[in-house]
Amino acid sequence: MNNCTERLYNGLVKENPTFVMMLGMCPTLAVTTSAVNGIGMGLSTTVVLVLSNMLISMLRKIIPDSVRMPAFIVVVASFVTIVQFLLEGFVPSLYSALGLYIPLIVVNCIILGRAESYASKNPVLPSIFDGLGMGLGFTFGLTCIGIVREIIGAGTIFGFQLMPESYEPVTIFIMAPGAFIVLAFLVASRNKIMNHLEKKGKKVTRPQGCAEGGCASCGGCGQGAGQTEKKEEGAL
Amino acid sequence: MRELLIIAIGSAFVNNVVLSQFLGICPFLGVSKKIETAAGMGGAVIFVITISSFFTGLIYQFILVPTGFEYLQTIVFILVIAALVQFVEMFLKKSVPSLYNALGVYLPLITTNCAVLGVALTNVQQGYTILEGVVNGFATAVGFTVSIVLMAGIREKTAHNDISESFQGTPIVLLTAALMSIAFCGFSGLI
Repeated sequence: MNNCTERLYNGLVKENPTFVMMLGMCPTLAVTTSAVNGIGMGLSTTVVLVLSNMLISMLRKIIPDSVRMPAFIVVVASFVTIVQFLLEGFVPSLYSALGLYIPLIVVNCIILGRAESYASKNPVLPSIFDGLGMGLGFTFGLTCIGIVREIIGAGTIFGFQLMPESYEPVTIFIMAPGAFIVLAFLVASRNKIMNHLEKKGKKVTRPQGCAEGGCASCGGCGQGAGQTEKKEEGAL
Repeated sequence: MRELLIIAIGSAFVNNVVLSQFLGICPFLGVSKKIETAAGMGGAVIFVITISSFFTGLIYQFILVPTGFEYLQTIVFILVIAALVQFVEMFLKKSVPSLYNALGVYLPLITTNCAVLGVALTNVQQGYTILEGVVNGFATAVGFTVSIVLMAGIREKTAHNDISESFQGTPIVLLTAALMSIAFCGFSGLI
């Protein structure tokens, strides 16, 4: 059980997909116009991540190595379709707010990255917790960005009025440019903290994500994430 | 003709795929250090998106709709795109080596570019015909190319600027993207 809690901690803090690894930037920028949208997108991704990690881990000895990428994509796409229909049926307001970005969960780097680097090599239970940890870490990241943008851009939080009446909302923060600005400051503060930690002599996980320009495709992200994993195993 | 023009301008500038819809952010941040590579990436994206919107449109209208399997669109589209990119790569390598030399290295990177799947799904959601879908795909890819080449130009000019340590790398690129995005907001009154 210890292993499972370690996976949760890893996803939520140590390798947090939004703040540390910088993965899945498209949904991070696109749907965080409000805190509720951030939570909705995060939880949908979590569900897909847990289910796909579970199934891929179950099938890891059956799927031949040469066709594993297409096989992973089919597994992920099937779960995404299921989640899409569940959202459309039960939370139509969220479904219309997230729109195109729900089917696009398929090409989210985090999911294929975890499938490639963790679920395809490890037993079922740790893989489920790995997916849960990563998914909740992603949800946490999206919600934080959503809260910041909603407070500055609309003066509300989760739809409730937070700022006083006299506050003039800076509407640009819930429009497209605001997403880039918030993310820029987020990455800058992360760099600041990382540099500070490194000066103190602590070991830090450097991001392998798309935003760092090391790779331009999700397959590449998966490989990058896999390398970190291997390094860690070596260190342990 | 008028409708096609409106679709084209709409998806190339007004709803620019990178700066207002946030699709294809990975290559936009990753492959925008030099104008040459950015243009190569843009060319490959134009090529792949145009072809893939034609084929996904064809498959949706003539296979998925008649058989009632519309709900499988996400799975089918991503597989079609992945297979298509492989196929285009093999075809170019054999028949048009000059084009392959120019675009070849970028082709494998495009399979998981979310803009390609995004365009295929938008075409279905908007109910475009195959011709409208191809025009939409081409224009979206042109919008992508315009923004990535502009970004590469700006990055070449600002590469040696004195930027505070924490803002070096990704943050300054994101701030540049924010300013470009504000500029592109100016197109919104166009149609």
